[in-house]
Amino acid sequence: MPPRFAQFKLVLLGESAVGKSSLVLRFVKDQFDDFRESTIGAAFLTQTISLDDQTTVKFEIWDTAGQERYKSLAPMYYRNANCAVVVYDITQASSLDKAKQWVKELQRQANENIIIALAGNKLDLVTAQPDKRAISTADAEAYAREAGLLFFETSAKTSENVRELFTSIAKKLPLDQAGPRNPRSGGRGGVELRPETPSQNNGPCAC
Amino acid sequence: MDEIAPEYDVVVMGTGLTECVLSGVLSVKGKKVLHIDRNDHYGAEAASVNIEALFKKYGNYSKGEEPWKKYGRVNDWNIDLVPKLLMSSGELTNILVSTDVTRYLEFKQVAGSYVQQGNGAKATVAKVPSTAGEALRSSLMGIFEKRRMKSFIEWVGTFNEADTATHYGLNIRTCSMKEVYDKFGLEAGTRDFIGHAMALYQTDSYINEKGGAVEAIQRIHLYGTSVSRYGKSPYIYPLYGLGELPQGFARLSAIYGGTYMLNTNIDEIIYEGTKAVGIKATMQDRGGEEPMKFTTKCKKILADPSYFPGKVQVTGHVLKAICILNHPLAGTDNSDSAQLIIPQSQVGRKNDIYIAVVSSAHSVCPKGYYIAIVSTIAETTANHHLELAPGFERLGKIEEKFMGPPIPLYEPLESGVNDNIFISKSYDATSHFETTTDDVKDIYRRAEGHDLVVEGLREGTNLVGDNE
Ligand SMILES: Cc1cc2nc3c(=O)[nH]c(=O)nc-3n(C[C@H](O)[C@H](O)[C@H](O)COP(=O)(O)OP(=O)(O)OC[C@H]3O[C@@H](n4cnc5c(N)ncnc54)[C@H](O)[C@@H]3O)c2cc1C
Ligand SMILES: Nc1nc2c(ncn2[C@@H]2O[C@H](COP(=O)(O)OP(=O)(O)OP(=O)(O)O)[C@@H](O)[C@H]2O)c(=O)[nH]1
Ligand SMILES: [Mg+2]
Repeated sequence: MPPRFAQFKLVLLGESAVGKSSLVLRFVKDQFDDFRESTIGAAFLTQTISLDDQTTVKFEIWDTAGQERYKSLAPMYYRNANCAVVVYDITQASSLDKAKQWVKELQRQANENIIIALAGNKLDLVTAQPDKRAISTADAEAYAREAGLLFFETSAKTSENVRELFTSIAKKLPLDQAGPRNPRSGGRGGVELRPETPSQNNGPCAC
Repeated sequence: MDEIAPEYDVVVMGTGLTECVLSGVLSVKGKKVLHIDRNDHYGAEAASVNIEALFKKYGNYSKGEEPWKKYGRVNDWNIDLVPKLLMSSGELTNILVSTDVTRYLEFKQVAGSYVQQGNGAKATVAKVPSTAGEALRSSLMGIFEKRRMKSFIEWVGTFNEADTATHYGLNIRTCSMKEVYDKFGLEAGTRDFIGHAMALYQTDSYINEKGGAVEAIQRIHLYGTSVSRYGKSPYIYPLYGLGELPQGFARLSAIYGGTYMLNTNIDEIIYEGTKAVGIKATMQDRGGEEPMKFTTKCKKILADPSYFPGKVQVTGHVLKAICILNHPLAGTDNSDSAQLIIPQSQVGRKNDIYIAVVSSAHSVCPKGYYIAIVSTIAETTANHHLELAPGFERLGKIEEKFMGPPIPLYEPLESGVNDNIFISKSYDATSHFETTTDDVKDIYRRAEGHDLVVEGLREGTNLVGDNE
């Protein structure tokens, strides 16, 4: 079998401060920051994972950049997303309700075949203090099964289950059809916009 | 719902392209931006809409009918409300590159740039020659004229305003374009397609303007460099329609901390003396929660004309018809996309008629369909449909036609320095975004007191995990 390389767009959704950006930062850079500000910046990252010797999956990860805060996400955000991670905070009961709304929104707005994973984040908090848990594993799991979602409880802080989350998404993706978007490569007969080189400035007859 | 900050550097109203570019640039420069739109979608006048929304916007169907149903999946349609294309070497492209907004968008070439010669039954359509080689092959000119055109194009390629040796003996500071044409002995028909299909002037008033030659030459030069950049035409176009452009810049702004609120009405502008110092607004909640009223201070306001009807004037009217076809334009080599310009003199008008065509190749409609937008500047107060008739003639069979009343073009009455309210102009009838980026730069200068430097806009800014 020839080596396979596929690229997919992954979007993150969930209430503010549940740890969306922290999960991405853990996955992409293996870092964690206890005092992260609400998202500024981590809005376009890529990470590659090898499923086996022959198969490499590249995630093009779109963080919301805060536009979801006042229900102002742009359609561009969902467009051609192959997979989504919907995050809630297992210590905040309301955050699962919010996650359910996002799942509905995705099923309405995004690709029909989008793969959605539900991530109950901040697992480390309940390991230390079990009474902090506000959403039981069983309840969330039952919802995920019913809605057809992958499900993990994660900790961006300790990195528990973070890799597993992204790997299980990669395994479910249709690897024979690489992601439709391939920014910067000018796929599908597109053009790649680059800074103009001075030699191109020589006028109409440089051709 | 999170609290709104008590103060912003800038409140931006309307998510059209001009406003979103400004919001993106200002956020990159560290300004705290609150960006509001009264609509529930991005793009304002520069949005792209699906076919159901388009029917509903124009209302051209009977009650109870659902004419969009025969056009496949509603969301496969992204129909631009403003017909424009990007010059591949134009300033909007430069801004897209320097801000890295290109990473959210995918562009394709527009397959061809065409011009009409003649009128009525005798009208012919030909590709606009942009290189000396194409000039020699063009059907637009006779054999001797082709050679004159070739030397003209070669001269434009070497022209340098600062170097009199390249001025061909002309006094370029006072010289009009007519003198240049005379010098090269170019015929009227050739002048017509150079001025209208290459320099993209919409009227003939540029020809006799003293000292106007330099600008005309620069425009022809931009056309030429834009063609040579990717090959087929000077234009590129984003997949999924022009509405992606404001969204891309809005995302840039948000990444740098800009706050976005759609579906939000401005209730009141708060003034201190003559100066605007804050706003009162209400966000309508679409999730069924109570609307959220808030007040915030700001140092300045940027807005599209619709937010300040009392502070703008009408400078003209655009006529526009959005047409759905199921075939390419005749005479354009079956191009999946094209621009066709009908110069005013060819059809007895003062303003050119533009036709912009895009299709499923740009993911703006299902396979087999073409969206053609015919537009011009209104010259009469009635008979608007007739003004566009020469354009409709080029389209052949039309499946649907959407044409509203003439669209007013607004511009601000004042610069904004007196009231801290900086208002943009409407999207004009030009076929590209060069005047839009001029307006962006003009507003930036008025509001910030210095010029916007496009090169290296994001250099020195540090983003979390900016790993590419
Ligand atoms: C078939 C048809 C479709 C229409 N579609 C729309 C629409 O999508 N949106 C909208 O706002 N209004 C539409 N109208 C209404 C029309 O555009 C309005 O009457 C217009 O605002 C009046 O402009 P005018 O006075 O410049 O028309 P005129 O230029 O005086 O009309 C000249 C001739 O063109 C015909 N005509 C006018 N408009 C259209 C048109 N859009 N399509 C085909 N023929 C036309 C007239 O019946 C008349 O015969 C339509 C009218 C017709 C007859
Ligand atoms: N203990 C613990 N804290 C976490 C975890 N993940 C995130 N946090 C903390 O939660 C806060 C919010 O995390 P972010 O990653 O910024 O959350 P977000 O969902 O991106 O938030 P917005 O960008 O505002 O939408 C930060 O203070 C993080 O340090 C986790 O797994 N465990
Ligand atoms: Mg975040």
